[in-house]
Amino acid sequence: MVTQRISIDPITRLEGHGKIEIFLDEHGEVANSYFQIPELRGFERFCVGRPVEEMPLLTNRICGVCPEAHHMAAAKAADAVYHVEPPPTAKKLRELLYSAFFCADHATHFYALGGPDFIMGPDAPVAERNILGVIHKVGLEIGSKVIQCRKFGHAIIEMIGGRKVHPCTSIPGGLTKGISEEQRSEIERMGRWLVEFGQFSLKLFDDIVLGNQEYVDLIFSDLYAHRTYSIGLVDENDKVNFYDGKVRVVDPEGTSIGKYAPAEYTDWIAEHVEPWTYLKFPYLKKIGWKGFVDGKDSGVYMATPLSRLNAAEGMATPRAQEEYERFFDTLGGKPVHQRLATHWARLIELLYAAERVVELATDPEITSPHVHTLPAEKPTEGVGIVEAPRGTLTHHYVTDERGILTKVNLIVGTTNNYAPISMSINKAARGLIHQGTVITEGLLNRIEMAFRPYDPCLGCATHSFPGQMPLQVTIRDMRGEVIQVIRREND
Amino acid sequence: MTDSAKPKFAMYWAGGCGGCEIAVLNVHEKILDVDANFDVVFWPVAMDAKTRDVEAMADGEILLTLFDGGIRTSENEEMAHLLRRKSKILVAFGSCACEGGIPGLANLSSPHTLLDTVYHTITTDNDNGVQPQHKWQAPEGELRLPAFYPLLKTLDQVVQVDYYMPGCPPESTQIAAVIELVIQVLHGQATLPPSGAAIGAGHSTVCDECPRTRNVKSIHQFVRIQDLDHVDPQICLLEQGIPCNGPATRDGCGALCPKAGAQCIGCYGPAEGVIDYGARLMSAFASVIDSNDPEEIERILDGIPDPTGQFYRFNLSKSLLRAGKPAWERK
Repeated sequence: MVTQRISIDPITRLEGHGKIEIFLDEHGEVANSYFQIPELRGFERFCVGRPVEEMPLLTNRICGVCPEAHHMAAAKAADAVYHVEPPPTAKKLRELLYSAFFCADHATHFYALGGPDFIMGPDAPVAERNILGVIHKVGLEIGSKVIQCRKFGHAIIEMIGGRKVHPCTSIPGGLTKGISEEQRSEIERMGRWLVEFGQFSLKLFDDIVLGNQEYVDLIFSDLYAHRTYSIGLVDENDKVNFYDGKVRVVDPEGTSIGKYAPAEYTDWIAEHVEPWTYLKFPYLKKIGWKGFVDGKDSGVYMATPLSRLNAAEGMATPRAQEEYERFFDTLGGKPVHQRLATHWARLIELLYAAERVVELATDPEITSPHVHTLPAEKPTEGVGIVEAPRGTLTHHYVTDERGILTKVNLIVGTTNNYAPISMSINKAARGLIHQGTVITEGLLNRIEMAFRPYDPCLGCATHSFPGQMPLQVTIRDMRGEVIQVIRREND
Repeated sequence: MTDSAKPKFAMYWAGGCGGCEIAVLNVHEKILDVDANFDVVFWPVAMDAKTRDVEAMADGEILLTLFDGGIRTSENEEMAHLLRRKSKILVAFGSCACEGGIPGLANLSSPHTLLDTVYHTITTDNDNGVQPQHKWQAPEGELRLPAFYPLLKTLDQVVQVDYYMPGCPPESTQIAAVIELVIQVLHGQATLPPSGAAIGAGHSTVCDECPRTRNVKSIHQFVRIQDLDHVDPQICLLEQGIPCNGPATRDGCGALCPKAGAQCIGCYGPAEGVIDYGARLMSAFASVIDSNDPEEIERILDGIPDPTGQFYRFNLSKSLLRAGKPAWERK
């Protein structure tokens, strides 16, 4: 019998912000929890009838936080629809833009969203547990470095993509333009700075997090662990890649169960529907949907920075590879299931992305004006996959012979993680709320910490910049009478 | 910290992608001016947010609210009413709030078709036809979701709007300029534009700020950008046959897309004084077609693969076509 309900609701309840409902039984223990997504826009439907070359522009508008990811997945799917291979320079420029985007996005998450829990500590006063607190603790120059990283990232995105938000230059077969030598040298300069910034960030993580036994214990705590499958895009050497390759799937023991090319994704991924949320729950089709449970028999998987490191055999750049080895050495080998380690994995990816910016900016082909291949075949069907910062992003288009869309399927970054996020919240709630528990603000944060590593961007939304998802918990009795209200505020 | 001496500022994100919020954050240091001149009382993406605090405020207590995203759900509309009541100045911020934006293209389909599509895609395992419910009885209690409206509405279709700031998203330089203007108004150094005006944008068309050179009447056929072997970097894209929306679209972006070799897709909305964007664009296209033969003109216009999307990509919700009734009910 359920006696109490706890609603964790961002006070704003904006578009796609998650809402958590926790039900308590008559013993005051958690009976169940539901993580609801209250938003839907329906791109799969209203993109039908549009010309396929518009998809890199239309699907940008799925998410203003990661439009670059949709732009790239859409461009690759459109290439596939036309059976056209962009020239090497076009592919490299797209990856260059994309790597710069990863630097800016990962830095934003680490310093503003996820990092404050560690840098300030999970029990630090709310007013300090945000980017401003980080700046006070680590020094003012860190704030300007983070802004610089975002500025450099967006400058590179605009140089190649034409705009800072919602890039516009990718078309079927390549790009509308290349870059000049002057731009190239500017990008190289920014890339070298970004590499230093990536190393600086990892050093910071070392000093503050790994140097503190309390935090290390927290990372290893069972409260924040789930043994699920991991997936991630890899190159031909099974190294992490954000722009191209095949998706590798490893089981909870770390054994690869296979790799799929974009066109094979329907053999591997299926989605489950629940009546209490607008978002679907993807799972591994070969394993099957067994509900919100982990383990080898459950098709639940994660697609995050942590899963990408688990699913790959290493990083393709030297400094990131060193960090990759240190990561698994420190955490006891592959795979790592401690969700809080995702923050560390994200910084390793940041360093990789920065190194990749430099590699691509110094590639002799990068300033070639040959950036477009004319499509020669009739458009039919195509799938494009990239790694978005928040998970594997799949766009699947079917067109008529004029290249007008007749079917669209999208499996978006964070959506991959909907089931594991729900499970993480459930586990944290069960572990933290017991009979007689006084629901405090600190407890809320520890529940929130369960989903923050996934950097959820549900319905392309829940980004909340200075690291606070404002919460209000209302505890009601069975008649709906309010027993207790706890609010977390910055003021 | 709340400083009641300063005027209050709010920003809210409804049915949209959040790009507007990112564009505001991309003003970088200018944000500090907002902080110095305003008491930021409600801005979920940038700070703690307190709907209850907004509810507790006196009507009109917030000086300025920027509202981005369209009205897709009952929750979006509730927030629009609340913020309208509490704000002296309500700005429809960005394409979705102003004119529906890309998500407004959903108005071409019935909500049933839309939900059927989403919950029956090729990867969706849903033999029982499960769909999200407004109210659902879980074993442990009732769960509710905001209602999904039949149409995506613009902000001014649910509440009165004082100013419109177009763009998908509005360019950060324009946002910075608007912030500067409002601060000057606060210090008595400037006055606000007339109510209902577009702010942070120009009064002409994208063509006027596009550096590409133009002649007139040179289109013999429309071509799709991927089918062109060579796009001349200096000449007007429309004159090269690429259906560029510049002639009907309000300026203010700096012609970013045409400068990057991509056609304008119309995100800044109708140019000043234009009642129906699609009608204006169609006449603009017709006027550059190199023919006086109506049949040939029609044949050339037939070369546009998706007229609905071409002419109403960002503004279907606001357009005359929409005319207050769902499209699927009128057929």
